[in-house]
Amino acid sequence: MDYLIAFVVGGMIVAIGQVIFDTTKLTMGHIMVIYVVTGSMLTALGIYDRIIQFAGAGASLPVSNFGYVLTKGVYEVLLAEGWAGVFNGVFQLAGGPIAAAIFFGFIFALIFRPKA
Amino acid sequence: MTEQSQAYQKLAQDHIPKPNYLKNTVNAFWVGGLICVVGQVFNNWFIAQGIAKSTAGAYTAITMIFIGALLTGLGVYDEIGKVGGAGSAIPITGFANTIVAAAMDFKAEGYVLGMAAQMYKIAGPVITYGITSAILAGLVQWLIWR
Repeated sequence: MDYLIAFVVGGMIVAIGQVIFDTTKLTMGHIMVIYVVTGSMLTALGIYDRIIQFAGAGASLPVSNFGYVLTKGVYEVLLAEGWAGVFNGVFQLAGGPIAAAIFFGFIFALIFRPKA
Repeated sequence: MTEQSQAYQKLAQDHIPKPNYLKNTVNAFWVGGLICVVGQVFNNWFIAQGIAKSTAGAYTAITMIFIGALLTGLGVYDEIGKVGGAGSAIPITGFANTIVAAAMDFKAEGYVLGMAAQMYKIAGPVITYGITSAILAGLVQWLIWR
């Protein structure tokens, strides 16, 4: 059942992006930025947590989840450390995936050549 | 504009292909949905290994980033993107794709100012806006709920 929910919710989240892409002049880069910022705001409102609880990977695979983990990290460290920790939490949860993206991104680009 | 060029403009306008909205949206839906299902498979597998739920989420993201980066290097992700559009661009695999694709494209301009600088062409804005909004949103959330 969780696979079906992930499929439907994840599919819907990206389909909204496709509609924005087709009906506006925004590029995919713009849309990804919009998703991350939206994910961040929905996290602060306590909504993204609930979407993830319901949809699992359907909500944690789209880039909006970057906004979620970045914001959740900031919030959790603020709770633990107070004001002084305002910049310490950003990479608390998002650090691993960002490090992986940079590392694998660089290594695979070294190894492979673009198709002509 | 002369009458003739106006007529030409109209003729040209009629021949600009319009995106097939329904087809694009349906394709984005199933490609993106399928990528999420693959993520769910890994997530469930990590949890079955006894890994805590929040850590399993990070492992899933890292695994999908690895797959997205590898498929981009192999030239497969571009093919998925031709069908999936936003369905393959918006998942985290698409984020990895932007990094590898840009890095490969600028390899010829050098390994420092070419590859390493240009690989953030799309990922950079995403991370910049993500971090800035996360600090603001996290701060607001904390001020309200602490």
